[in-house]
Amino acid sequence: MDGLIERFLQGDRRALARVISRVENETAEGREFLRALFPRSGRAHTIGVTGGAGSGKSTLTGALAAEYRRRGHTVGIVAVDPSSPFTQGAILGDRIRMQDLTLDPGVYVRSMASRGALGGLAPTIDDVVAVMDAYGFDFVIIETVGAGQDEVEVAGTALTTVLVNNPGTGDDIQAMKAGILEIADVLVVNKADHPGADVLVSQLQALLTLSPAGSRRPPVLKTIATKGEGFGALADAIADHRTYLESSGEMERQRAIDARHQVLSIARSILLERIRQATPEAELDDLVGQVAARHLDPHSAAEALAARLHA
Amino acid sequence: MTPSPTATKIRVLIAKPGLDGHDRGAKVVARALRDGGCEVIYTGIRQTPEMIAEAALQEDVDVVGLSILSGAHLELFPRIVDELKKRGRDDVLLFCGGIIPEEDTPALEKLGFQAIFRPGANTQDIVKYVFDHVTK
Ligand SMILES: Nc1nc2c(ncn2[C@@H]2O[C@H](COP(=O)(O)OP(=O)(O)O)[C@@H](O)[C@H]2O)c(=O)[nH]1
Ligand SMILES: [Mg+2]
Repeated sequence: MDGLIERFLQGDRRALARVISRVENETAEGREFLRALFPRSGRAHTIGVTGGAGSGKSTLTGALAAEYRRRGHTVGIVAVDPSSPFTQGAILGDRIRMQDLTLDPGVYVRSMASRGALGGLAPTIDDVVAVMDAYGFDFVIIETVGAGQDEVEVAGTALTTVLVNNPGTGDDIQAMKAGILEIADVLVVNKADHPGADVLVSQLQALLTLSPAGSRRPPVLKTIATKGEGFGALADAIADHRTYLESSGEMERQRAIDARHQVLSIARSILLERIRQATPEAELDDLVGQVAARHLDPHSAAEALAARLHA
Repeated sequence: MTPSPTATKIRVLIAKPGLDGHDRGAKVVARALRDGGCEVIYTGIRQTPEMIAEAALQEDVDVVGLSILSGAHLELFPRIVDELKKRGRDDVLLFCGGIIPEEDTPALEKLGFQAIFRPGANTQDIVKYVFDHVTK
């Protein structure tokens, strides 16, 4: 490993950058790094920032990181933007909103392409977050793609999920029923300098009274990310959430659920890969052809593929 | 497990050093590289040499493309190369574009800019240059 891990452990940023690339590219070396570093992770407070495109996630992530720096903490940031489904290329532009942090030695910003993953993240996001965590950042902030209301995955990656909303977008509240609200630990009305912020806060609070009795009710806060306003309160609310997780026993429960989900999802892709390797392309074509012609149902075809693992 | 064939991507930083605020050209190049299959980190206008080099380090890019219209390239590019060196990132493939007089070509070549794309250049040539010369 040409001393990369040693340099990583000494806090060398170039080593951190290179380890992340190996892990993101799922190379054999990357797997080794992860094996070595994973036991050192689990200390950082991981925070997911999700919300619609243009809601201010990147600006807010930068302003929150600046608040943590004022409090003397270090911050790693992973910002995900979409890959083109046609060319697999991507333009990653979240750094534009975090320029002031670039030269701060206590902050590290990494842009990631979604590389075909659904749910607003990237296929190796958990691994990259674990690497940043192991590096020793006090906080790791994960910014999702922001494509819409199905970005619930981040709740399984981060301890605290922050959902960003904006006033005056109207349809927000309706769309919210879709389940995104359930994953929010802290709600933010960003762009509070725009009209309608207080109305939106009340609407969200009203909506939250519908959540099951006895469950924790997430706070609703106002921010103006472009001016850095409201970030003391946001950082406090995020800290309160961690305190709640720890004192209620939710922390262990959530970690167990996330670990189970992660292990099963990796196992699923390993099995799929093995099936693909055990199946000659012609045989796959034949099975698929039979399904397309309605001679065979898709479940039986998939069973036939899975049976190849024991053949 | 075998890594998927698409796993390793060419990562490119497109940056605009200096004070001019026009980034249309830089954005056109960024889009062309994306359409060519690269992951392009775009950092916006008014970047200092330190910011560009630091972003190149944090993002672990293979390529740094600089766009400049202000005429300050002979002042800024050596400082950028210097900052990259300081961070051990003088291994990146460099190219530049914008308004750059022909007579400055030798000086820029000496700095490591083997390709200079002037207004009217074909973006496909830029994509081809990157794919032909990047070491992955
Ligand atoms: N007026 C106002 N504009 C904001 C605020 N926060 C972000 N913006 C602007 O909203 C736009 C999108 O912000 P960005 O952080 O890129 O959003 P993202 O797509 O969710 O990451 C940018 O032009 C920001 O300057 C805010 O609190 N008030
Ligand atoms: Mg963003």
